[in-house]
Amino acid sequence: MPEVERHSFDVLVIGAGGAGLRAAIEAREHGMRTAVLCKSLFGKAHTVMAEGGIAAAMGNVNSSDSWQVHFRDTMRGGKFLNNWRMAELHAQEAPQRVWELETYGALFDRTKDGKISQRNFGGHEYPRLAHVGDRTGLELIRTLQQKIVSLQQEDFAEFGHYEERLRVFQEFTVTDLVVEEGRIAGAFGYWRESGRFVLFEAPAVILATGGIGKSFKVTSNSWEYTGDGHALALRAGAKLINMEFIQFHPTGMVWPPSVKGILVTESVRGDGGVLRNTENKRFMFDYIPEVFKDKYADNEEEADRWYTDQANNRRPPELLPRDEVARAINSEVKAGRGSPHGGVFLDVSTRLPAEEIRRRLPSMHHQFKELADVDITAQPMEVGPTCHYVMGGVEVDPDTAASSVNGLFACGEVSGGMHGSNRLGGNSLSDLLVFGRRAGEGAASYVRGLSERPSVSDEAVARASETALAPFQAEGGENPYTLHMELQQSMNDLVGIIRRESEMQEALERLEKLKERAQSLSVEGHRQFNPGWHLALDLRNMLLVSECVARAALLRTESRGGHTRDDAPAMSADWRRKLLVCSLDGTRVNVEEQAQIPIRKDLLDLFDRAELEKYLTPEELS
Amino acid sequence: MSYQGKFRVWRGDDTGGALEDFTVEVNEGEVVLDIIHRLQATQAPDLAVRWNCKAGKCGSCSAEINGKPRLLCMTRMSTFTEDEVITVTPMRTFPVIRDLVTDVSFNYTKAREIPSFTPPKDLAPGEYRMQQVDVERSQEFRKCIECFLCQNTCHVIRDHEENKEAFAGPRFLMRVAELEMHPLDTADRVDSAQESHGLGLCNITKCCSEVCPEHIHITDNALIPMKERVADRKYDPIVWLGNKLFRRS
Amino acid sequence: MARAEIAARTLRTDRWWLPPLTTFVGLLLISIYAAFRTFQGDYYWVDQYHYLTPMYSPCLSEECLPAAAHFGRPLPELPGFLTPPVIILPFLLGFRVTCYYYRKAYYRAAWMSPPACAVAEPHTKYTGETRFPLIAQNLHRYFFYAASILLLINIYDAIVAFGTGVGLGNIILLVNVGLLGAYTLSCHSCRHIAGGRLKHFSKHPVRYWMWTQVSKLNNRHMLLAWTSLVFVCLTDLYVALVASGTISDLRIIN
Repeated sequence: MPEVERHSFDVLVIGAGGAGLRAAIEAREHGMRTAVLCKSLFGKAHTVMAEGGIAAAMGNVNSSDSWQVHFRDTMRGGKFLNNWRMAELHAQEAPQRVWELETYGALFDRTKDGKISQRNFGGHEYPRLAHVGDRTGLELIRTLQQKIVSLQQEDFAEFGHYEERLRVFQEFTVTDLVVEEGRIAGAFGYWRESGRFVLFEAPAVILATGGIGKSFKVTSNSWEYTGDGHALALRAGAKLINMEFIQFHPTGMVWPPSVKGILVTESVRGDGGVLRNTENKRFMFDYIPEVFKDKYADNEEEADRWYTDQANNRRPPELLPRDEVARAINSEVKAGRGSPHGGVFLDVSTRLPAEEIRRRLPSMHHQFKELADVDITAQPMEVGPTCHYVMGGVEVDPDTAASSVNGLFACGEVSGGMHGSNRLGGNSLSDLLVFGRRAGEGAASYVRGLSERPSVSDEAVARASETALAPFQAEGGENPYTLHMELQQSMNDLVGIIRRESEMQEALERLEKLKERAQSLSVEGHRQFNPGWHLALDLRNMLLVSECVARAALLRTESRGGHTRDDAPAMSADWRRKLLVCSLDGTRVNVEEQAQIPIRKDLLDLFDRAELEKYLTPEELS
Repeated sequence: MSYQGKFRVWRGDDTGGALEDFTVEVNEGEVVLDIIHRLQATQAPDLAVRWNCKAGKCGSCSAEINGKPRLLCMTRMSTFTEDEVITVTPMRTFPVIRDLVTDVSFNYTKAREIPSFTPPKDLAPGEYRMQQVDVERSQEFRKCIECFLCQNTCHVIRDHEENKEAFAGPRFLMRVAELEMHPLDTADRVDSAQESHGLGLCNITKCCSEVCPEHIHITDNALIPMKERVADRKYDPIVWLGNKLFRRS
Repeated sequence: MARAEIAARTLRTDRWWLPPLTTFVGLLLISIYAAFRTFQGDYYWVDQYHYLTPMYSPCLSEECLPAAAHFGRPLPELPGFLTPPVIILPFLLGFRVTCYYYRKAYYRAAWMSPPACAVAEPHTKYTGETRFPLIAQNLHRYFFYAASILLLINIYDAIVAFGTGVGLGNIILLVNVGLLGAYTLSCHSCRHIAGGRLKHFSKHPVRYWMWTQVSKLNNRHMLLAWTSLVFVCLTDLYVALVASGTISDLRIIN
């Protein structure tokens, strides 16, 4: 029996981004002794990268806005594949969640009458995004972090101990969930700092680990995004849905190499930035799909007029949905009309006066100046698509965020369904808050309803520790960095923005080989803060999740949102009624079809029949 | 475009350590963090470094480059000459864990000592009304990414470990200022700034502002205004005289 | 848990010692000049053109030249080697010494606490501004009030000098009060009093406007501190040279 540190809690939250922190706050407010486990330092989560804002139909700027409109926008964005109940709850509860942040101390930008200001964003009918300049994610994280501190201060006042009911274990990685008799009994992991093992005994675990972007070569995601929650859920017996849907943001930086993939905000295009190829052509005019022809300008003159007169002109094609723009850039680069570093040019310098650019896009100006030595008021930026967000994730009950495994909950990016096949900008931050809170509440009521607590067997601990130490046992095996790079390259090239059956077959073959090689990884040094070892353990998760993505993508023979098939370019109403569900059987990844639950009648009635006809089968409409 | 760069990286832990020399490839457009990662991937797989977003937004990769507190991800290699030896060391003010990673728990302890936002009791969520001009000062402070470079560079604790007990450091004195200037905060924060958080130890030598990667005017906009508020309260000679003469309790 | 074992006092490779050294030399030279002029007790008034050096204004004691004493001579003759400026000097000096910029400058340059960022200071103990005498730095605003009064007197001096026509000296005196005024207004205490102390700018639009204007000047506080200091010395030097007959004033009108 290996020596492990032990802790006992009511609720464990894995991940300290927006969803995890909101869940922890809720669980603690329901009286649960709660622990937050996170891989980074407290307050560094990837949520800080969010720029645009939090979508919530508060109607502060345009009073016509309502949850019904927000619901409609979300369903359209997700091409009707969304879990409609989640989209409904999300649209209804987002305003309360934003207002609540103000009581925690958040300082959003204001309207003239002192309310929270809201901005326009792609896919949202009305100005809807509560924001703080272009650093809304940071505000969200800091606010939740400070709320947690305030709860700890309450405990200090009451018990003389800050961590009585809410404790953050930072720089801690969970390697396995412990499941006993079909329900969650705890979690096992290690301190990144010392490499020492810890066993947490807890009847409920909330996964809030974010996404999977680090399986791709070009990504806006940080190193933490290795799909840990997805993999933990699979291994615990839960199911993943919609894993084939991955959002590629059209504009990530492509140069310098160190920042390849880092986001260039959509506002650049919203404020007049245009995309050009090396022939200096505004190529987006060549890529307007049939269905959008009536909404997007087909000539430069009209497109340029739109910025000043939106009522009488069609939108510039640079503002097509993210997936369309990403695909267009991809095609230009493939056709050899790309920029020196393999992207295209995004130019705002010839479109706006320098002063105006600095005022409207301060952090973009700063980002390019400091990281790329490019002055965007005088030079074009080089941009290309970057892996940004995974719509797929753990299948959960919309109301409680409970997965199919008793005691296991999921919220935020690691949960699936809410965004369907494509997420709207601004909907992720609100998703974190709405379902973070619901997961905290769900876990609390689950724990309260238990008559006895599960216990963790010694055997489970021994197994988990053996798995975690495996990379030290092998000698002369491969370097995890090499394997990681190969995985990223394969996923990027073969399961990227545009997919083909043959390529995905090849990807699966390569994944199979990578899995074998991963068995004999070896790492140098000892357990204390050893990045090589950490990567070796994360790779296990990345490989598992990548296989889910590739298998699901191979099965879905249509194109929809974040899943584009070269060999099946059309969207099919039949496929809308089917979800692809990924599960683990021993070590085998299974992907199966599952029928969608039909959309509730009163929600369907929010749409015109003509619009529904584009998405639904005649059978569903009758 | 690439060349062999000369690096000296501090390696060790709390029992001791030393600068170790490396020669490593440097390519056009790279930052110091890229070079550290290359070292990890090729020469020193267990080299410990803390990082996250790689875009200067999370504040994880704080260290010292050629003696200056910097973010590794925001220090471009093009700011050095090709023959320059670049020395990378961990932040000095905090205990070292290993290599470039330090134990920054001091900052989390201090964060807890600042009483939290205290809104008016009768205000329900959704009823908050604040004017843009009233939130702007605190918004500047909320740009803070908590890289703790200001805490690291502040000589009050960098050179005097014994002051750590009494001094919250620039980041958290700025947090006090942020709440003090928050239009809806009702708590009194002036006395405690001086008495509990060590504002008087600050001698406004501005190193915190100099190293701030977010370019927050910590000294001019947070620390000095707090000092002035303390002066309002505690060092107004007329008030002081009155207290002395009439022994107000 | 211990800190990383690094013996060097600093690993900075730039010339970090240059700015504090420059500051130190600059402050030293100016102090020497000011001390010399203070105790010289002469050449502070140009009778022909009514130029009064700001260093001797207001001149309040018996030994002042009657014409230079714009506000009379209410004080008796000063004992010993003392000269008229010693009456006003404590206020002028106090304003500069407690100024938030100068504090930074001499804490770094003279006291080396710290000499530069991330360079270890030589002192073993540090208590900052928590106890006497440095706790008195908190009196800055009262020196600000005093300096403001002296500034008004300097402005008055500069204006009355125009009674005899216009010369280069007039322009110098005018520029001098302009710089002194900008420095005084840019003071952090002034910024606090103008509006910084308010919690709700939106309820006090006039003071908010004042605060924004002072804030703009405050951004250049260091620049104004130096230019106004150097220019005061140059103004004084000009007056001294004209008063002593070393040079003659360049006349523009009359």
